[in-house]
Amino acid sequence: MDKRFHIAVIGSGPAGLSAAGRAAQYDQETAQSEPTHVLLEGFNTHAKTIFRYQKGKHVMAEPGFLTLRSPMQFEAGKREQILDSWAESLQALNINIAYNSEVARISGEKGDFRIALQNGSEVLAENVVLAIGFQGNPRRLGVEGDAESDFVMYQLDDPEEFKSETIVVVGAGDAAIENALGLSAHNLVYIVNRKAEFSRAKEGNLNAVLAAINDKKKSFYCKYETTVAGLELPAQAGATGAIILNTPEGEERIECHRIIARLGAIPPRSFVESCGVEFPNEKPDAIPDLDRHYESNVPGLYIIGALGGYPLIKQAMNQGHDVVEFIRGNEIKPADYPLLQKQFRLLPYAMDAEDVLDLYQKRVPMFRRMNALSFRELIIESNIMISLDGADYDEAARERDAALSEEGGKLTKLIKAGEYIYRDGEYSNSFYTLVEGTASVQLARGSEPQDLKAGQFFGEMSLISGRPRSGDAIAGSDCILIETPRRIMVKLMNSNDDVREGIDRVFIMRALQSAFSPSMSSEELGQLAAEVELKTFKAGELLYEQGSEGGYLDLIRSGTVVLVQQSHGTELVLSQLQSGDLVGQMALMGTPVRQDSAKAAVRVETIRLNKDQFLRLVGGEPQIIDSLQDSASALLTQSRAMASYPEGGRAINFLMGEGLGEATNALIIDEDLCVGCDNCEKACAETHAGISRLNRASGASYAGIHVPVSCRHCEHPHCMKDCPADAIHRSSGGEVFIDQSCIGCGNCETNCPYDVIKLSYEAPKKPGLLSWLFFGAGFGPGEPNNFEPDPQAKEKGKKAVKCDACMDQPAGPACVRACPTGAAVRLGPDQFGELVAGR
Amino acid sequence: MHQNILRFSNRRYLFVAVGVLLLSVVLYLSQAGGAQPPNGGTWQGYVLGTIGALLIVWLSLLGVRKRRYSSSLGTVQGWTSAHVYLGAALLVVATLHCAAQFGWNVHTLAYVLMAGVILSGFYGIYVYLHYPGRIAGNRLNQPRQAWLNELADVDEEALSAAADCGADVQSMVASAIELSRYGGGFFAQLSGKDYSMVHLPQAEGGGKPLPNVEQQEVIKRLAKRIPRSNKRSEAAALDELLTLFSRRQTILRLLRNDIRMQGLVKVWLFFHVPLTVALLAALLVHILSVFIYW
Ligand SMILES: Cc1cc2nc3c(=O)[nH]c(=O)nc-3n(C[C@H](O)[C@H](O)[C@H](O)COP(=O)(O)OP(=O)(O)OC[C@H]3O[C@@H](n4cnc5c(N)ncnc54)[C@H](O)[C@@H]3O)c2cc1C
Ligand code: HEM
Ligand code: SF4
Ligand code: SF4
Repeated sequence: MDKRFHIAVIGSGPAGLSAAGRAAQYDQETAQSEPTHVLLEGFNTHAKTIFRYQKGKHVMAEPGFLTLRSPMQFEAGKREQILDSWAESLQALNINIAYNSEVARISGEKGDFRIALQNGSEVLAENVVLAIGFQGNPRRLGVEGDAESDFVMYQLDDPEEFKSETIVVVGAGDAAIENALGLSAHNLVYIVNRKAEFSRAKEGNLNAVLAAINDKKKSFYCKYETTVAGLELPAQAGATGAIILNTPEGEERIECHRIIARLGAIPPRSFVESCGVEFPNEKPDAIPDLDRHYESNVPGLYIIGALGGYPLIKQAMNQGHDVVEFIRGNEIKPADYPLLQKQFRLLPYAMDAEDVLDLYQKRVPMFRRMNALSFRELIIESNIMISLDGADYDEAARERDAALSEEGGKLTKLIKAGEYIYRDGEYSNSFYTLVEGTASVQLARGSEPQDLKAGQFFGEMSLISGRPRSGDAIAGSDCILIETPRRIMVKLMNSNDDVREGIDRVFIMRALQSAFSPSMSSEELGQLAAEVELKTFKAGELLYEQGSEGGYLDLIRSGTVVLVQQSHGTELVLSQLQSGDLVGQMALMGTPVRQDSAKAAVRVETIRLNKDQFLRLVGGEPQIIDSLQDSASALLTQSRAMASYPEGGRAINFLMGEGLGEATNALIIDEDLCVGCDNCEKACAETHAGISRLNRASGASYAGIHVPVSCRHCEHPHCMKDCPADAIHRSSGGEVFIDQSCIGCGNCETNCPYDVIKLSYEAPKKPGLLSWLFFGAGFGPGEPNNFEPDPQAKEKGKKAVKCDACMDQPAGPACVRACPTGAAVRLGPDQFGELVAGR
Repeated sequence: MHQNILRFSNRRYLFVAVGVLLLSVVLYLSQAGGAQPPNGGTWQGYVLGTIGALLIVWLSLLGVRKRRYSSSLGTVQGWTSAHVYLGAALLVVATLHCAAQFGWNVHTLAYVLMAGVILSGFYGIYVYLHYPGRIAGNRLNQPRQAWLNELADVDEEALSAAADCGADVQSMVASAIELSRYGGGFFAQLSGKDYSMVHLPQAEGGGKPLPNVEQQEVIKRLAKRIPRSNKRSEAAALDELLTLFSRRQTILRLLRNDIRMQGLVKVWLFFHVPLTVALLAALLVHILSVFIYW
């Protein structure tokens, strides 16, 4: 029988390496003759994810405030240095690593796990640490001989590496197309597509690949409706092999030097589920439930690193260290314990930080059933805020000021009792949970403030709609609040159904309250809130269609809806509605037949009420119906005004097509005024470290309105979605900006649908204006074209740059202020009507 | 929302300029019945001269403000609007200052330079107001780069279509593409004239390159050839070439217009700014000489 290991670590990324390293240290300390640990790695070298970074990438060590706790070294530096230092530690610590050992299945239970490898062998272990990251493994060709080799490759770093070869690229996605086109400059390329067309590709790639295939002079061929039937591996390195294809015309053999298969990655989820680990829901970004020891619902099976929801190297390494301690029964305090302590420091408790954490979790009904680890993360990422009065405040303020010079972590936030937590119209979108005391909150603009108590929360409106606050929130005396950034709440709502439902319920109640101000009791309202339907529409989908019978109305939660009318063969845009507005109420008040269609301009979420629910809400209350009818009439008048300028309506359609329905602050240029001097771009570069964040000449135009390539500060910024370093924020003025902690991973660049983020080195320093003017020194105003970064800038690596709407410029947006002709203005969607009027 | 330079802030600076003008006229008229005839040497003349000189200095500072990108001192559009109105008023102020006494001297030189700057400014404001709309209309909602890209695509398609025709067609197409012109030197840009050429093979009566204005030479030859072509594949390719060359004609014309109009919008600054520098120098000499020699 094989030997049984105490700990088997799966995956040798930063998390797994650190865990195995800690286990190896224990083996050395206790002078084991045989290792009691094993590290199983599917790839042929350690840390595949880091290995796959682009050559020479500068790896950053965020978050800076966290100290590293690991037997392995890690500090910011070049990819190569980091991989080398880990290789040394692997040796020095005598880590028992097995390469090419992809794990296929895990069965058994604590004390007796059986780990089956892809290559057929089996490993036994008492405890398993899963550290396989989030990248997933590439989908294989699925025929004999498809293991990764020089002949069969699942990744291509540099197409220039290969010349004068015959290369078969398998796959029809963007990666396959980009590789095939890149290779076709110097090689004979076949691209193998399982389907009859390239339906999954981006528009640009689609056009390029079709052009290449149709180009008779290019050695670029496509095999449609073709699958791979087999491989003939080359006899020796450097010789040609062959691929056998199943084409519609029968079997075909192509002799080739290399096969590049880009079939996408298999997300690790189904593998993890097959080990018995449960996920809270079906969302693709859901993370498994873990307790504070990183143990999953399968006892003895631990999950750490990116797979456990911690997307940075340092966090992953700390967890690797800690998990081994936990497995060995050492109740150490996690590395972030000092952070918690600091967050709670100004609170009037004598309790240990871990106990405060427990207490708070119990206080808020919505958080009670969360797993301890997620709650801990929520608190670490949040601010703890306390409101104090008089002498207490002064004392706490002194303590706060004394702590100013301390590095790392966040101190408890102080606020004077009676001060604003946020104000009406402000662009903040964090979420507040009361754990002690009261806060006085206006739930709608101009409404009576309400006193909320411990366990209740507020701020969910802006969280969900992405729009500015409507109404003020004021701190009571001695209240304690958890202020959670939007990003964390979004992640939590995606991974925890309790939290999502809790927030949705309250959101609906408050939204109905502010839209209809019904006089029903809050129980009745709660009842109704539980019954109504939440709907989501993709951009372009219809909420309802002209001519249909309507039995419902929608209250917009987020996004923009346009009302369009087909009339004598032309489409007229009647109006444009945003969160908080009602859509389709006419069908419940006037004629039931829809006079127009309601179209989602971007992703839209609504609360849908049917006629019965609507009648219950407005009941027999004539004044509610009166005011609804008044606003419906106002909408009708406005719609008619818009319809009388059909060109204006088309221009609105154009703006929506450009995605401006989700903008809050977009740069719009009037082509009838713009002289193309590019002073706007120069101003941007000059006020932003020499790099312009807008590209005036590119971008679409219609009816004299030009939408340059420049950030629109979206309601729900796509760019924020997967930023591992949490470097993208929204300021209270609404500006979406990137801070210093950017690690240059490029996720935001990919996620922004409007191409406005670029990765760039720092631009060289410039001489003063006068020395340029009089002595011709250096570059003049504006962004130097194709500048060569200096060595320090290269050392620092590229970072993401984007528009910050000049939040640091006292005078406001430089682009607009620098335009000599008045062509450049910045607008929000509520001004589009005025923009297109009379065009 | 969008307001042009003249309408900026309800023409606020028009009223300021009118105020300056009225003041100047009153000053000028108050010289009547004085010891001297109206001229730069009376106290009113000095005051008018000072106003004029200060205006000139301030007008020149637009070049500095335009490049102080963090400045919170008004917007560049506001400055430009004031610049235009006050710059125009300056013409009157300065004429009243010197009471239209001209001669062959540095004083008149300063006046002439100033008039030059102001006249170029009038031209500038004219193009600023009238050309942007035409430029945008000409570009048909696409940036110039998109047209350049399309031209490159069309060229490539034409070359590959020509590959199916005879060697003479191939060489004609290749040379027409190579000798197509848009932009070019200063005058070529501003005149928008088409200097495209085509070099025909010897047999076609070539030798020297022929003008290929609006691609007409090539289009004419292709059209002549299509009905006479006896291979079907060649006829199809020629047909395609004809379409492609019409497209090239359109794009090239559009690009030339774009470059011409963009050029006109910029070129006047090449007079306006150097003349300003010369004016400042002449103004200095004018003032010094007045103090030293009078
Ligand atoms: C382009 C890019 C740039 C980044 N830059 C930074 C940065 O500068 N700083 C930073 O802190 N973070 C950065 N990150 C994030 C960082 O890479 C991850 O957070 C980190 O790698 C996660 O570590 P991990 O150990 O959890 O997983 P991974 O590093 O993904 O390691 C997982 C390992 O498990 C192996 N494996 C997978 N499946 C199996 C299996 N079935 N059997 C056996 N082995 C398996 C894999 O081969 C791999 O070696 C970046 C990410 C990307 C994509
Ligand atoms: C003596 C009088 C004038 C002087 C000294 C003067 C000087 C200048 C200077 C230095 C600039 C800055 C150019 C640059 O840096 O790019 C400028 C720009 C300009 N001037 Fe004048 N100017 C004068 C009169 C006028 C008049 C009378 C008009 C119009 C009626 C005018 C219209 C303009 C315009 C439209 C600009 C361009 C603004 C821009 O694109 O930034 N100027 N002038
Ligand atoms: S960078 Fe892109 S996604 Fe982010 S706010 Fe700006 S436009 Fe929206
Ligand atoms: S500064 Fe104004 S006129 Fe100049 S390019 Fe920009 S928008 Fe056009």
